[in-house]
Amino acid sequence: MSSNPPDKEYTRKDFSSDQEVRWCPGCGDYAILAAVQRTLPSLGSTPENTVFISGIGCSSRFPYYMNTYGFHTIHGRAPAFATGLKLANPELDVWVITGDGDGLSIGGNHLLHVLRRNMDLQIMLFNNQIYGLTKGQYSPTSQVGIVTPSSPLGSIDQPVVPVRFALGARATFVARAFDTSKKLPDALSAARKHKGASFIEILQNCPVFNDGIFELITDRKAGPAYQLWLEHGQPMRFGADGEKGLRLQPKTLSLEIVTVGEGGVTDDDIVIHDETNPSLAWMLADLPEVVALGVIYRQPAPVYNESLQVQRDLAKERFGEPDLHALLRQGHTWTVS
Amino acid sequence: METSAAARVQPIPRETLDSVVIRFAGDSGDGIQLTGSQFTDATADAGNDLSTFPDYPAEIRAPAGTTYGVSVFQIHFASHDIQTPGDVPDVLVAMNPAALMVSTDILKPGGLVVVNTGAFTANNLKKAGYESNPLEDGTLDRFRVLAIDVTRLTLDAVKTVGLGSKEANRCKNMWTLGLMYWLFGRERDQTVKWLEGKFAKRPKLAEANIAALNAGHIYGENAELPHGINAYQVPSAHLAPGEYRNISGNEATAWGLVTGAKLAGLKVMYGSYPITPASNLLHNLARLKHFGVTTFQAEDEIAAVSAAVGASFGGSIGVTGTSGPGVALKAEAIGLAIAAELPLVIVNVQRGGPSTGLPTKTEQSDLFQAVWGRNGDAPLVVLAAATPGDCYYMAIEAIRIAVKYMTPVILLTDGSLANSAEPWPLPDLDALEPFPVEFHKDPEGFHPFLRDANTLARVWAVPGTPGLEHRIGGLEKHRDTGHISYDPHNHHLMTKLRHNKVQGIARDIAAAKVDQGEDHGDLLVVGWGSTYGSISQAVRELRKAGHHVSHLHIRNIWPLPEGLGTLLRSFNSVLVPELNNGQLVKLLRAEYLIDCESLTRVTGRPFRIASLVQAVEERLQRSAE
Repeated sequence: MSSNPPDKEYTRKDFSSDQEVRWCPGCGDYAILAAVQRTLPSLGSTPENTVFISGIGCSSRFPYYMNTYGFHTIHGRAPAFATGLKLANPELDVWVITGDGDGLSIGGNHLLHVLRRNMDLQIMLFNNQIYGLTKGQYSPTSQVGIVTPSSPLGSIDQPVVPVRFALGARATFVARAFDTSKKLPDALSAARKHKGASFIEILQNCPVFNDGIFELITDRKAGPAYQLWLEHGQPMRFGADGEKGLRLQPKTLSLEIVTVGEGGVTDDDIVIHDETNPSLAWMLADLPEVVALGVIYRQPAPVYNESLQVQRDLAKERFGEPDLHALLRQGHTWTVS
Repeated sequence: METSAAARVQPIPRETLDSVVIRFAGDSGDGIQLTGSQFTDATADAGNDLSTFPDYPAEIRAPAGTTYGVSVFQIHFASHDIQTPGDVPDVLVAMNPAALMVSTDILKPGGLVVVNTGAFTANNLKKAGYESNPLEDGTLDRFRVLAIDVTRLTLDAVKTVGLGSKEANRCKNMWTLGLMYWLFGRERDQTVKWLEGKFAKRPKLAEANIAALNAGHIYGENAELPHGINAYQVPSAHLAPGEYRNISGNEATAWGLVTGAKLAGLKVMYGSYPITPASNLLHNLARLKHFGVTTFQAEDEIAAVSAAVGASFGGSIGVTGTSGPGVALKAEAIGLAIAAELPLVIVNVQRGGPSTGLPTKTEQSDLFQAVWGRNGDAPLVVLAAATPGDCYYMAIEAIRIAVKYMTPVILLTDGSLANSAEPWPLPDLDALEPFPVEFHKDPEGFHPFLRDANTLARVWAVPGTPGLEHRIGGLEKHRDTGHISYDPHNHHLMTKLRHNKVQGIARDIAAAKVDQGEDHGDLLVVGWGSTYGSISQAVRELRKAGHHVSHLHIRNIWPLPEGLGTLLRSFNSVLVPELNNGQLVKLLRAEYLIDCESLTRVTGRPFRIASLVQAVEERLQRSAE
C-alpha cells in the first residue's frame, strides 16, 4: 500500500481490495460490487475518505472487497456504528451495506432512526427476499406462502415494503434499482450527492435460495416492459415501447395503468413525476404490475451532523473556551485553611 | 431582612455533638431532595465532613400520602472524618404520616422527631396505614418529639406575598429547613442566594420561600422547646487544607471522562439511552459540547454502544453509560470492540437486579456480568470506583487504559455512588499526567493488527488516513496479516493473545495494598466499589477495639492487581462483604484458591457499619474458639 497523491485520478482498480470475493457464483452481489467500484471514482471519492460499514449477512461481506476503510460489524447495527463514525468525523463519506434481514428484521429499529435523523450517509439495502447466509429461511420481505426450511407449509408472515418503510421513517432520499441494471450507478450517484440519509433498495437475485424472484422485471428481454424508470418532471411512461403510463384516479386517489392512445388516453393524462411529493412516492412504492425504479423521493431537510455542528459552534460562542478548572468549580465551593 | 433577623438572635447555649445523622422524609412532591441538598451546602460551609444519601421512589409522582411515595434524603455530618451517610438517624424530619411510618423503625431510640402535624389528617393517616394517630397513641414515646403545624405556620408566613394556596403550601420545605438551620446553627445566606437565583424570573416565589425559611428560623429562636430538646452545634472537622466542593458520583464520572479525554488529546463521543440511575451522566455531558464532547441519545442501548464503537473507529474515545439491563443489551457490541481491538469505555451505574429489579436502589451485582458477560473468550478491563470523588479518577483511568491497550474498559459505579455526595478536595489539574494518543500514519508494512510488543496493543489507524485503508470486523483475523482467518491454530493463538493483552495490564496498575491496617493479621476485609466508606469505618472501629483487622479495597477488578494473592495469604481469614449474593468472593477463590468467606446483603441499601463490625467480631470469635 502506498500513500495517494492528492490530485490522483482514481479508477475502479483503486477501489478494489486484494481479497478474493467469496459470494456464490451468479450472486447479484457481484454486479452491485462492480457498480460501486466503477461509480466511486466518477464521484471524486478517495479510498482514504470512504468507509463502508456493514452488519451481518451475505451482503455484509461487501466492505472486505472494497479498498477503502471498512467495518464489518454485528447483525442489524451497522446504521448505529455508521452514526457514531459520522459524529466523530463528518468529513468521511460513509456507506452502510445491509440486507433485507439485517436491515429490516434484526436491525429495523436502527434503520428507522438513522433515516429519521437524516444522518449524512448512504444506505444500500440488498433485498433478495430470503436469508442467504443462514441457508434459506424466509425474510421480512419474502412473499406470503414461500416454502423454506423454516416455513415448510409456506410463510404466513406479511412482508414489509422497504421503500414504504423508508418513507414512513421520513427518509429524505429514497431510490430503487436492481443488481444488474445499467442504471444502478445513476441511483448510487444521486444518493451520494444527496445531503442526508439516502436509502437505496437494490433488488438482488439469490441464485441459491431464491433464484429468479425478480426475473419478471430483470429479464434482459421481457423485463423492461415492467420497469418504470422515474425522472423528475417527466411523465411516468413505461412498457416495451413506452406505450403505457400512470394516470391518477381522482375518485379513489390511486394510480392506474393506462395505454396512451387507447380509450382516449393522451400524453396529458399521464402523471408527471414529482420526487418531492411524499404522497406520490407512497403510491409509487408498491404498484401493481410494474416496479418503480430510480429516485422515488428526494426532499432536502436539515442534516443531523450539520445541526450538531451548529450547536457545537453555539456552545463555544455561549460558554467560551473550555476551562476544566472552572468546570470543577461551578456551583458551590469552599476553602479549608 | 437577613441581617435584621440575625441581629435579633441572642447567643443561646448549644449542646455540642460529634456527629449527627438527619433523615428528611416526605412526599415525593414535598421538595425533600432540594431541602437536603441545601442543608448539605450549608453544612459544608460550616466546615463539617459529611456524606449524603438520597433515597427516592421509582415512581415520578407516586400518589400523595402513600408510603411508597416517600422521598428521603439522609445526611451524616461530623466534626471528624466520616465515610458513610450513617447507619441510624438521630433526627427524623417527617413531613407526613407516611414519612413517619417508613422511618420510625430505623430511628435511634431517644432520637428527635420533627413532624408536620398539619399533614396528620385522617385521610393521610389512613393512606399511611395508621389505625390511630401515632402522635397521640404512644407510638412515639421512645423518641423526643417536636410536633409543629408547619403547614399552617408556612401559610401564615407567606400570606403577605399573595401566592395561590398550592404555591404557598409548597414553601413548607423551606420553613422546615429554616428550623433545622436554627437547630444546628447553620447560616441561611447561601440558601437565600440560591432561592433568589432559582426564582429570578418569579420574584414572588423567591420572596415567599425566603419568608418561609426565615419564619422557620425565627420559630426556633422564639419557641419554648420541649424539655430535652436543645439547639446543637457540631464543630467543624479537620479536613485537609484546600479547596472543596460537594460532588456526587455521576458528576465526578462525567467530569473525569472530560478530563481523561483531554489528557489523551481526544474528543469524547458519549452514546447513551436514558436509564436510571445513569441518566444524569448523559445530562451532565450534554452540557459540555464546548469541551469537544458529543452526546448522542440513541434509539436503544445497542445503538448507544454501537455508535460509541463507531466513534472510536473514527478516532474519538467512544463512551457509553448505562445500568445493568443496558449492559446486557450491549454485550454483543462490546464483544465486537474486543475482537476489533478498539478503545471503548462502558460505565455501568449498577442498580438492583435481576431484570428491571430495583431501579432506584443500589446493588453491586453486575461484577460477573462485567468480567464474564459476553459470548466467547472475551476479556476486557473492569474498574470499580470506591467513593463519589473516586469516580473522577477512575473515569480518567478507564480512558487511559482503553486507549493505551486498545481495549474496552467497564467502569463499575452504582446507584449510591451516583447520587451520594461528599466533600471533595478539588484536583490539581496540572499534576495529572497526560497520555496523548498517537494515531498510526505510516503505510510502510502496515496492517491493522500490527502490535506493540510490550503492551500487545494494536495500532490505531483512523479512516481519513491515506494509505492505511483497511477492513476490520468481528470475524477472527490472522495474527500476522489482519485478514479473516478460520485457521484453528491461529484462533487458539489469538484467544491467548487477547487474554495476555488484558492480563498484562496488571503490570501497569498499582500493586495490591491494604488501605488500612497491617499487611498481615487475623482478618482481612476485602471490598470493592461503594462499600468503601462502610468497610473503612467498620475496620477503624474494630482496630480501635484492638482487633488485628485490615481493609483492602479492590479498584481493579480485572485484571486483579499484582501481589493480591500474597496479601490474602498473609491473613488467617479473609472476609468479602458485598451488596450482592457473593461475586468478588468467587472470583478471588477461583483465582487464588483461598478460602475467602462471603458476607452478603442485598436490600438495595448500603451496608450498616454496625452490622459489618458485628460480622467481623463473630468470625474472630469463631476462629478463636
